[in-house]
Amino acid sequence: MTDGSDRPQTTTMSDTNHIRLPEGSIGRTTTTLNLGPTHPAVHGVFQNILELDGERIVKTEATVGYIHRAFEKIAERRPLYQITTLTDRLNYCSAPINNMGWHLTCEKLLGIRTPKRVDYLRVIVMELARITDHLICTSIVGVDAGAFTGFLYVMQYRELVYEIYEEICGARLTTNMGRIGGFERDFPQAVWEKLERFLREYPKAQKELETLLVRNRIFYERTRGSGAISAERALNYGFTGPNLRAAGVDYDVRVHEPYCSYQDFDFRIPVGTTGDNHDRFMVRTEEIWQSLSIIEQAYRKIRDMKGAEAGVYHADVPEYYLPQKTDVYNKMEALIWHFKIVMGEVDIPAGEVYHAVEGGNGELGFYLISDGGRSPYRLHFRRPCFIYYQAYEEIVRGSMLSDAIITMSSLNLIAGEMDA
Amino acid sequence: MAPTNEHVRERLTGKFGDSLTEWGEPHGLLTFTAPREMNLKVLAFLHDEDDLAFRFLTDLTAVHYPDRTGEELCVVYHLHNLTANRRVRLKVHAPVAQPDVFTASMLFSAANWMERETYDFYGVNFIGHPNLKRVLNVDEMDYFPLRKEFPLEDQTRIDKDDEMFGRG
Repeated sequence: MTDGSDRPQTTTMSDTNHIRLPEGSIGRTTTTLNLGPTHPAVHGVFQNILELDGERIVKTEATVGYIHRAFEKIAERRPLYQITTLTDRLNYCSAPINNMGWHLTCEKLLGIRTPKRVDYLRVIVMELARITDHLICTSIVGVDAGAFTGFLYVMQYRELVYEIYEEICGARLTTNMGRIGGFERDFPQAVWEKLERFLREYPKAQKELETLLVRNRIFYERTRGSGAISAERALNYGFTGPNLRAAGVDYDVRVHEPYCSYQDFDFRIPVGTTGDNHDRFMVRTEEIWQSLSIIEQAYRKIRDMKGAEAGVYHADVPEYYLPQKTDVYNKMEALIWHFKIVMGEVDIPAGEVYHAVEGGNGELGFYLISDGGRSPYRLHFRRPCFIYYQAYEEIVRGSMLSDAIITMSSLNLIAGEMDA
Repeated sequence: MAPTNEHVRERLTGKFGDSLTEWGEPHGLLTFTAPREMNLKVLAFLHDEDDLAFRFLTDLTAVHYPDRTGEELCVVYHLHNLTANRRVRLKVHAPVAQPDVFTASMLFSAANWMERETYDFYGVNFIGHPNLKRVLNVDEMDYFPLRKEFPLEDQTRIDKDDEMFGRG
């Protein structure tokens, strides 16, 4: 069989003549592989078109936006309290952080000061969310390196955290937790019981997960040196959160611009040196311990509160804080405010505010412009995931395909956050 | 030697004079507007000067003001000096008829997708961008959905057949 090319032909079967290959595909030395948008190794809905030379990646092209839901547009006609549900669906692995970040943004615009107890309750919730977020990420890195056991084992503790969410707000994944000014009700006793159980039992499981992976030869060899990014490039690419800290930059919004009384807590910011998959894993692992310590401190502070302060769970802002349902049924004042808030008759003061919180993946920013109407004039989410995912091409270029998979999970790419 | 807002403002007016306008400090964040052909010069100045060192691009987005004739689109940059922990907000206005703004992607790699997103939703044409195409919406889309002329559906409309939506 001759086709005019000087390539040595290995196919001799004459009945392959009828197979029409795409133009130029015979002479090519690289393979194009379509990874995603739905692929079991890609934890989320996004596509990568990889150009492979053997198993090495020559080029990638990322396509995102498969679950884009136009949140920024929808937010332009919703009153503030209805936007909380949109923020849930950004990084759904740590939805309460998004919720709290949104409430804090509104409070900054409205000039609301929250009581200390509200701050501490929020800190507990946010740090629980950070643990679940890091828990998924660290254990999934294990899965991609071939260790499924750890992932399944720690899931029962994520389940316990979700039960705590459930006791607080009734929901598990997309929590819609809290309100502008605080929480809709005080934490019931079951929250504290489950929190105590979590603080008692979880460190043991976390230790076991670490015993499984840290200093494990296979895991070490698979993660060390792969998916690395320098501090300089990471900063240029707008990295924040654990991924930036793994590269050696100690930027953490909780410390740089303390919100929600984070200045009252004693915790350390772990940093890595090389910014590779192993460092990212180790930084997240250490952050879990720091979060546990913050939760313990916050819990102690709340238990130590005495008198009237011990029962406070929201700020006194009737214009924005939805009153309790029993009050709505029984009190005139509460009924009026409920009506005004729900019917969108409360105008937001005009203003422009940027507020950032330390989300599971980094600086989660809310840029809110109000022109004095009932809903924001413009709301933009600074989504850390979206911003650092563009570095993926540079990080994985020249690496093995299997390393690229680990890199993808150790960057903790969450499609919901990426696509808004 | 943390650069205070006053210091940043002094340095900028010293360099660019009166071309920077609309100074403000909403919630403590220094905000100002530059002419759109100067956006790169201002960004590079903020980036390169050692006493300013705004080397981290936090956010880049746009806002549509249909009433500001001739400068309807506003591109907003949030910059951060991480060592001194100070932020600054730069705005650049462009007419919606010809929304050309120079790209910042040579200065900040992070700007690449942020500008693609801004193009995707507002149609801002970033001159010099290496790959200016839609990032979140489908390629076939022929409008820029976050502009104000595309209102969300009026929830009180009655011309829809409710039976189709199970509300009949």
